[in-house]
Formats: sequence, structure tokens, C-alpha cells
Amino acid sequence: MKFVYIVTILLTTTAFVLPEEKATVVQAPLKASIERGKTIYLQRCMACHQADGGGVPRLNPPLDAASKVKGNDKVYLVRVIIKGMTERVELDGEYYDNNMSANPDLTDMQITDVLNYIRNSWSNKANAVTVAEVKAARAKIK
Amino acid sequence: MKKRLLFSFAIFCAVVNLVAANDSTNTTPKKLVADPVNAGLKTPSGFSASIVADNLGRARHIVATEQGGIYVKLERLKEGKGIVYLKDADGDGKMEINKTFANYYGTGIAIKNGYLYASSDQDVFRYKLDDKGNVIDTENPQRIVKGLWDKRQHASKSLALDDAGNIYVNIGAPSNSCQETDRTKGSKGMNPCPILDSAGGIWQFKVDLADQSYHNGVRYATGLRNVVGLDWNQQQKKLYVTMHGRDMLYTLYPDMFDTTVSAELPSETMYAINKGDNAGWPYVYYDHFQQKKILAPEYGGDGKKTGGENAIDPIVAFPAHMGPNALLFYTGNQFPEKYRQGAFIAFHGSWNRSPLPQEGYYVVFVPFKDGKPSGKWEVFADGFSGTGVVKNPREAQHRPCGLTQGPDGSLYVSDDVKGTIYKISYPSK
Ligand code: HEC
Repeated sequence: MKFVYIVTILLTTTAFVLPEEKATVVQAPLKASIERGKTIYLQRCMACHQADGGGVPRLNPPLDAASKVKGNDKVYLVRVIIKGMTERVELDGEYYDNNMSANPDLTDMQITDVLNYIRNSWSNKANAVTVAEVKAARAKIK
Repeated sequence: MKKRLLFSFAIFCAVVNLVAANDSTNTTPKKLVADPVNAGLKTPSGFSASIVADNLGRARHIVATEQGGIYVKLERLKEGKGIVYLKDADGDGKMEINKTFANYYGTGIAIKNGYLYASSDQDVFRYKLDDKGNVIDTENPQRIVKGLWDKRQHASKSLALDDAGNIYVNIGAPSNSCQETDRTKGSKGMNPCPILDSAGGIWQFKVDLADQSYHNGVRYATGLRNVVGLDWNQQQKKLYVTMHGRDMLYTLYPDMFDTTVSAELPSETMYAINKGDNAGWPYVYYDHFQQKKILAPEYGGDGKKTGGENAIDPIVAFPAHMGPNALLFYTGNQFPEKYRQGAFIAFHGSWNRSPLPQEGYYVVFVPFKDGKPSGKWEVFADGFSGTGVVKNPREAQHRPCGLTQGPDGSLYVSDDVKGTIYKISYPSK
């Protein structure tokens, strides 16, 4: 188990730093991460953000095409998932009334996976998130 | 094929005619396309539906004046205003905007004894009406209630008034099930739930005192998670409410519930309320399959253990998550006998049934006799969503949110997606 974990860290980390022409070679781990992330998404996130990532008007924001979901502020994304969200903030020009669940029990790997899923599903396409990045982000938001 | 062509041609002519008619009779530009047949709605035979106003913004609750005007409360300000006053000045069956006013958004709006009452998410205001149903001074309402909880979730304040000078205000609980951390897996239910001191119930205030708040209001009923529909039943002299039940049984307790059970439980409930009643939230929820109050899993429940011995039972239980956003007892005599004194309920439509298809997005009728349901509920007006099956709420083109009865006994329904106001009448003309 631990071995798989380390390999994944290595592979996803490499996916992130390798130059583009090598990308096809390292797509597999990202794909696997997205697959695992989907399972977490269906259990933890789908109720609110919906199967198609479209959210619920005025209640839960869409993740599909959301600028911050596709963006590069990964610390923000990790914080949202660990801590949830209860403040009235504007997201892409709209406000939402629901509270987002906190997920303090998800591991760095699970957060990595679910982020890779939401950043690379529906119309979203973004670079891979690595376990190392999530670990570093978690340390920052404590 | 030929038939199809002929039919298209007929439609084409009809549209051309309509355009021509509009051109010759109106100076103001009107829509160039005809409204969909029966406003796109399916209503029982003999009834007819039409669109009387459109594109008003997020139209929440509505109230008709004795003279046939309609006040609409908006959930988001439109050009800086939160109330729209509609009138059919030229008698063409369409209502025009007569006035917009109020610098606050919200949901609740009601009329009683010559006053218009309207709520923001924290306060309640009232405006004196003249004998034509117009607000006399739109700029200086009296604030009768202030400082109610607005914690974003379930913040809308719905209103109802009795004949004894009291106003009833829903204060929704800003929480799903009173967990220490809202909607979070593994977080315990707080016991006792501290939210109930300030929300999760109906509060009663006087109609004519300025700036009342928690200290001089009465907690009239408690254990009500979020009531958006409420109405004072004149015949029974009693408050009736419809409550939004809790969400996320599966997401929070995947070991106990699967996605199907979670989509179908708990019931959305309707209660007859007496002063001091407790409906049991957050400790129990209602299960219309077992017909029991079931202990919430946050409080040690397992989907079977019952609870809430001191809590009242609902008088009607509807399928889960459909969002009963408005309740209206029909007191007119335009509709057939069956509908008199019965209840109409506007269901906003669900979101918490994914991955199953969503439900609701229609207006329901419940027959009543002597203040109690006398038959099964039935869908009265359907088709608001404009699509067959709604998978995701954002597909719905319209969502029913408010109800009011016109002076002639017609029923009006508001929609808070596009701001459409529908009129449903009988007999069809
Ligand atoms: C209980 C409903 C709910 C659940 C479950 C939920 N969310 Fe959210 N989510 C929200 C709401 C509501 C917001 C916006 C909160 C706000 O405006 O303060 C949000 C915001 C977000 C954002 C920020 C969006 C942006 O545009 O900045 C992300 C990312 C996100 N959620 C991802 C997730 C993921 C991943 C999961 C599952 C692990 C999840 N959410 C589970 C309701 C939920």
C-alpha cells in the first residue's frame, strides 16, 4: 500500500514537472488519479455540485467552467475542501446560499484525486495536482 | 409530411397575424411571438393558464390586491429595487410594471387590513395602501421587525397574518441538521440544538409596533427546519406551514443509507400549527414510507429508531426534497367545489436527489375538509421546468415559488428563474 502511495507521489509529481513532449508518457497516473477522484466526488460532492458539475442555481456553485477550479491557486482549492465554506463570497459573479461541507478526514491523496477529477471533468482542463502540493498546502492552512 | 407543412404554414400565418395586430393596436413594442399554448403548463381540464408578466427578476412570493394588482418580492435587486408592483391598466390581460420600489431583497410579501408587509432577510416592513391598493409612500415604510438571523442558508423570511393583529415570520435554521460543523461527515448533532433559540421556528410579532425583535417576539412554534410556505387559514383560524426536510442522508451516512433512500427521504411535510408546537427538527425527520418520526442519525438514529415523542406529526407528507415554497388556502369561488378551502402548494423542485432525476417543479393541490386533508394530494399545474425530466435544477426554465389568489378567484403562480407570473383560471375562456 505504502509502495503504491509513494509511486503515485513520484509519478504525479513528475507529471507536473516534466516538459510537454513527455506528457503522453505520464498521462496514465493522472488518469488513474482522476478515476479515483470520481469515486470520492460521487460520495462526497455530487449531492451539491451535481453529477454534471453544474451546481444548483443560487445554492451550490458550478464546478464546471468555474475560474478558480481551473485556476492555479491550489492552496485555495485545498482549503475549500478541508475547511468547507460558510462565507458569502462572489464566485464568477454569483452568490450562493448553502454551506459547503468540511472534509477534514480526507487524506492528501484523496484530496489530490478529487481535485484532479474536478479540474479535468466536464469542460474543465487543468494541470495535475500532486500529493506533494496538497501536503504543502495543508501545512499552510492549519 | 404534407400535413406537417400545412400545419407549419398555419402557425406562420398565426404569428404574422399576431405581429400585425400588435403593430396596429400598440405603440409600445410587444413580443413578436405568441405565448405557448396554456402558458406551457399542463392544468386539469377546464382550467386555462396564461402568462401575465415576464422577465421580472427572481420573483419569490407574490400578493394580489383587492383591486387586482400584484406585488412581487424579488430575491435579488433589479435596478436597485426589490418590490415590483404590477397592474393591468389597459385591460388587455397582461400586467405592466406600475412601480418598482424598496432597496432590499427578500422573499416574504403579504397584505392585511390596508397594509402591505414585506421582508428582507433580517427585517419586516409595512406600507400603508390607499383605497386603490397602491402604496402611499414607497420610500418610508415602517420597520416592524428587525435583526432576525440572516446566516445565508435558509435566510428567507416568509410572512403570514392573522385577524388579531399578529404577523408570523419564519426564521429558517441556518443548518441542515444542527451538526457541530454543518453538513460535514462525522460531525455530531449538537444537543440541545442551540440554533432553536433564534431560528428553526415561527416567530409571532405585533403588526403595529416598530422595531420588534427576539426580545419582544414570541417563538410561536419550534423544531421547523425551514418553512418557506405558510398561510393563515381563515376558516380554522390557524397557521399551516410547509417545511423543507433535511438533506444528505447518503453523503453524511453512506454506511446507513444508499443514494436511492437518500433521494426519497425524508418527507417534505405540512403541519397545522398551534401555539407552542414543536415539529421535532433536528432530532427527528419524517419517513412517509414507515409513517413515523425517525431519529436523525446525528442523534443516534439508524433509519429505523423512532423519536420525537413530544413532537407533532405532519398532516401531509410529500416525497423528499421537492421544496414546498408557497402555501395558499383557496378561499375563492371561481374554481370548482372540490378546490374550495383546499390547499395549493408551489414546489420549487428538488436538487438533492442526484444521481436520480429531480422532482417537483409543479403546483400541487390537497383537498381539505374542516382543516384536515380529505383526500390524496395531486399535481395541479405541471410543466414549469419546460423539460421532461430534470436531471440538474439548472435545466429548469421556470421554478414555481409564490402563490396568490386574485380578487376574481384566479390563482397566480410566480417563478424565480425568469420572473414569470402565471394566471390560472376556470372556466377556460
Ligand atoms: C453541502 C453541499 C456541498 C458539498 C457536499 C460540497 N460542496 Fe463544494 N461548495 C458548496 C458551496 C455552497 C460552495 C460555495 C460556498 C460559498 O459561496 O461560500 C462550494 C464551493 C466549492 C468550491 C469553490 C468554487 C469556486 O468557484 O471557488 C470548490 C472547488 C468545491 N466547492 C469543491 C467541492 C468538492 C471537491 C466537494 C467534495 C469533496 C464539495 N465541494 C462538496 C457546496 C458543497
